[in-house]
This record gives sequence, C-alpha cells and structure tokens, in this order.
Amino acid sequence: MELQPEERAILGGERGEAARRALEYQVKVGEFWGAKRFVPVTNAHMMGDIEVMGDGGLQWLKDTAALGARCAVGTTTNARCFDFAHCEELGQDAGEAAKERELIACLRRMDVVTTDTCINYQTVYQPHLGEHVAWGDTGTVIYANSVFGARSNFESGPAALAAAITGRTPEYGFHLDAHRRGSFTVELQATLDDLADWGALGKLVGEPHQSYFSVPVFHGYRRSPAADELKHLGAALASYGSMGMFHFVGVTPEAPSLDAALGGRSPAERIVITDADIERAYAGYRLGDGDARLVVFSGPQQSLFEMKQLAALFDGRKVKAGSRCFATTNGAVLAQARALGYAGTLEAAGVTLLEGVCFYILQNLSPMRVANGWTNLVSNSAKIVNIIGAHRFNTILRRTRDCVDIACTGVLK
Amino acid sequence: MKIAVERAYGDAVEGEAVVSEEGFSPRYDLDRWSGTITKPGHKLEGTSLKDKICFFPTAKGGIAAGWAFYDIKWKKIAPKAFVFGVTNPVMVQGAVFAGITITEGWAPHPRGLIETGDWVRVDPAGKLVEVLRRRQ
Repeated sequence: MELQPEERAILGGERGEAARRALEYQVKVGEFWGAKRFVPVTNAHMMGDIEVMGDGGLQWLKDTAALGARCAVGTTTNARCFDFAHCEELGQDAGEAAKERELIACLRRMDVVTTDTCINYQTVYQPHLGEHVAWGDTGTVIYANSVFGARSNFESGPAALAAAITGRTPEYGFHLDAHRRGSFTVELQATLDDLADWGALGKLVGEPHQSYFSVPVFHGYRRSPAADELKHLGAALASYGSMGMFHFVGVTPEAPSLDAALGGRSPAERIVITDADIERAYAGYRLGDGDARLVVFSGPQQSLFEMKQLAALFDGRKVKAGSRCFATTNGAVLAQARALGYAGTLEAAGVTLLEGVCFYILQNLSPMRVANGWTNLVSNSAKIVNIIGAHRFNTILRRTRDCVDIACTGVLK
Repeated sequence: MKIAVERAYGDAVEGEAVVSEEGFSPRYDLDRWSGTITKPGHKLEGTSLKDKICFFPTAKGGIAAGWAFYDIKWKKIAPKAFVFGVTNPVMVQGAVFAGITITEGWAPHPRGLIETGDWVRVDPAGKLVEVLRRRQ
C-alpha cells in the first residue's frame, strides 16, 4: 500500500503503540484485498460484547486500552448481549455480566460512545453521499452504502476499532466506484405491505446470490418504500446473501435510473418477485412440533415507528400465559416509546422490552432455550430467523400482525 | 493435486481437509464452545472444525467473525486455515486478527478434487493449496 507521511509516522509509533498496532493490522487486511491506499473515515461503529468477544477478546481490549488507545473519530457500539435490568430474570450468567460491565468501561476509556444499537443509522448518525465510514454490523453497512450513498465495508469489531483509532480504513470494496455498480436486477411486482415481506424479499434475492460483491438493483415498485422497510430488506440481503449494497431505482441516491444503477453494464441476471414468491417463502418454514411460545421482534432493533405499530397491535391484548414475547430496541427509542406510551401498552400486554441488545446475541441463549423448553422461534425479522440457527431454534418467519396473534393465542399457523 | 488461490494471508499450514458445499458463518453455524457446526440442517452439522483446513464456497452474513475467530483461537478450537471460494471482508479481518491462515478464490474448483479427510497444505506465499495424501 502507498502510505502517506502521517501513516508512516503512525507505523513509526508517533501516535503511540495502540495506533501503531491498529495501522499495522489494517495494512495486512488492505494488502489482502489489494488496497492501494487508506481513506479517512469520519465515523466508526463497532460490535463489541462479551458474548462474541469471549475472554480472549476482553483481554485484548484491556491490553489495548492500557496502551492508551483513543478514538480519533466519533465511534459508537452495536447492540450487545446484556440488558442488565433483565439479566437475572433471563437466567444469564452473573460472571459474564460483570465482564460485560468491565468491557463497556474499557470502551468508554477509549472514547467509544456506547450507544448499544444496531440502528445507529436511524437514531444516531446519518452519513452523507460519498462519506467514508467504518461500520459493522452488516445491517448498518448495507443501509449506509445503499440508502445514504455513504461508503463502508463490513467492518468487524477489531477492524472498526482499528479504524476508529487511526481515523482511516483501507480503500477496497465499497469505498471504490467499481464495486458499487449494480450486478443484477430485481423487478418488484409483489405488494410488500408488511416489514416481514421486505425481509422475505431479502431472503429470496440474497440466498441464491451469496456474494459480498453482488449488488442487486430493485425497480418497478409501485410506491416509495419507508425507512423501516428498507432496513428489513437490507438486513436480510446482508444476512442471507452477505451483500453490502443494493440499489433501488428512484429511491437510493446512486440509482436515479436503472442504467445509472448498473453503471452502463448489462445485468448478469433479471429476476421478478411476485406475491406468489413471497407466499412461497412463508410456506417454506417448517412448523416443527408446533411450539408457539416464543415470539421475537428484534434483529434489527425496533425503530420508534415499529414500537408504535406493535403497541397498536398489542393494545388491549395479552401475551398468552406460558408464552414469551420480546421486543428489543435502543435506549433512545425506548425512552421516547415510554414517553409516548407505546412501551406502557406493550408491557401491559406482557411483552418484555429489552434495551441495548439484540435477541440473537443474548448471552446464554442456548441454555435459555433449553431451560424454557423452546423449540420454535417466531419472528417478523427474516434476519433473525436466519441468524439464530446455531442456537438450535427451529425458526419461522411470519408477518407482524400474525406474530402478534401467535404471541397472544399460542396458536402457530 | 494443486489448486491456485487468488488472495492469501498467513503462515503455511497443513492438516485434514473439511470440504463444504455450503457457505459458512462462525456466528450462524458454529458452536463457539466446541468448535462444531451445530446449525440444524447445515451439510456439515456435527463436524468439528478444530485444527482442520476448511473449504467453504462462500461466506455468510456476519460482522461477528472478527471477534469469533479470535475467540475460538483463544479457546484452542480454531481451524488451521479457511480456504474460501468467495469470502467477505469480515472473514479476512477476523482471520488476520486471530492469526489464522485464509485464502480466497480457487482454480480449479476443489469439488471432486479434494475430499473431506484428505491431508492438505496451504501455502499463502505461493498462493497454492496442495493435497499431500488422500484420505485412508
């Protein structure tokens, strides 16, 4: 890689050992991808929690903090594995919770803003067209690239933290124009009126095209999609297809037209998605033993409008005795949802609201599943029904209203 | 039998091959306490990846690989190398961070040429994967 004088100075230790190690690591990653140089970033968003980091990661973080690591740009955290107000009730491990607190303190010493949210793009920071950022999780990245026209690769926790410390990231992947052009087209004849439909769309398009550099171009849709719809679409494309970007003609900033989105290339494939395709996606889920005692609204965290919709659907109803229903969101949304009465309505219905977490990364989730005898997990999130498999749930995607009915009746359809 | 890879990082390693027809995510598919694939229905369900040379056609999802690879290396249950057909940045960031050998791109495709149980060598400097002995 061609290094600027400032970068050579960092490698020479002028900004301390933590920055030197961070840049050295970034050079190795950049060289793998053939990056020619670094680009400055304005913002970083990192995943860092004890469930994914483990003891080794925590020790590394403590060592890095002790070296004097400090963020050079605004840096936030993704959803984590504990809501401390609920960890005892959920049967989570007190020792691991103590480590999580230690980990959070460590991040704060480095100037990381612990927002604990996977919807930073809805609630914390909205980068502009062409702005280089270093974000993870995948849902945040695909939203940044596609809806804002910002530029980020999937940055894992260590990579995002390295970018935060050095203020730059290797220029490869979606930082380059060449990778941002659409590669195949998806004509939308489907109605897509529920958030779960958008996730199902992401599954149908992502699953058969598993490639980070595959960029679908959606077109022909009958109306302008809302932010939460694009959020569920992006999260599912990233989850099923490992995709980091999509275009939506007339909606996303680099797709004023189909030709512009494709960058003058012919699409490798043309797909049409109809209502029948979406229905087939729902019909593809096995109902297992019919267990309907776990319904989850999470992955990504709920926006304020999702909380509002859930509150309306649960108003005057009760989660069936013996069933559990969880909704997760971040602190900012939860505070507003409390002020607006949505949280009260949901809690009165028996929904457990978890703050700063995502359900699939909860510490101790597998033992929690066993202890509760849960076999199925029902959700309106196509991402979570894909991502939670290692915990051995049989997962079922259903529309939002159907999920609420299942939570309140205990009947799985 | 030799296979050329396009991009590579890490030390030269050798070990037993695990060849998957399905993509991989350490978050979706792997039990990070045992090193075994536990996702129901995954074609390698029940297979341990510890000390293996893992061939995966694709990478799935997940930012978490960045920490997860380091975590399984710390727990001494990590594979020796990942050989991907197509991967994503997180797998590379995670493998580099953990010091696990990783490659991307293969010619020819290992399907039918390398089988689970073969003893293989991955040489990042030479951008080469080689079968040293066939499964007994």
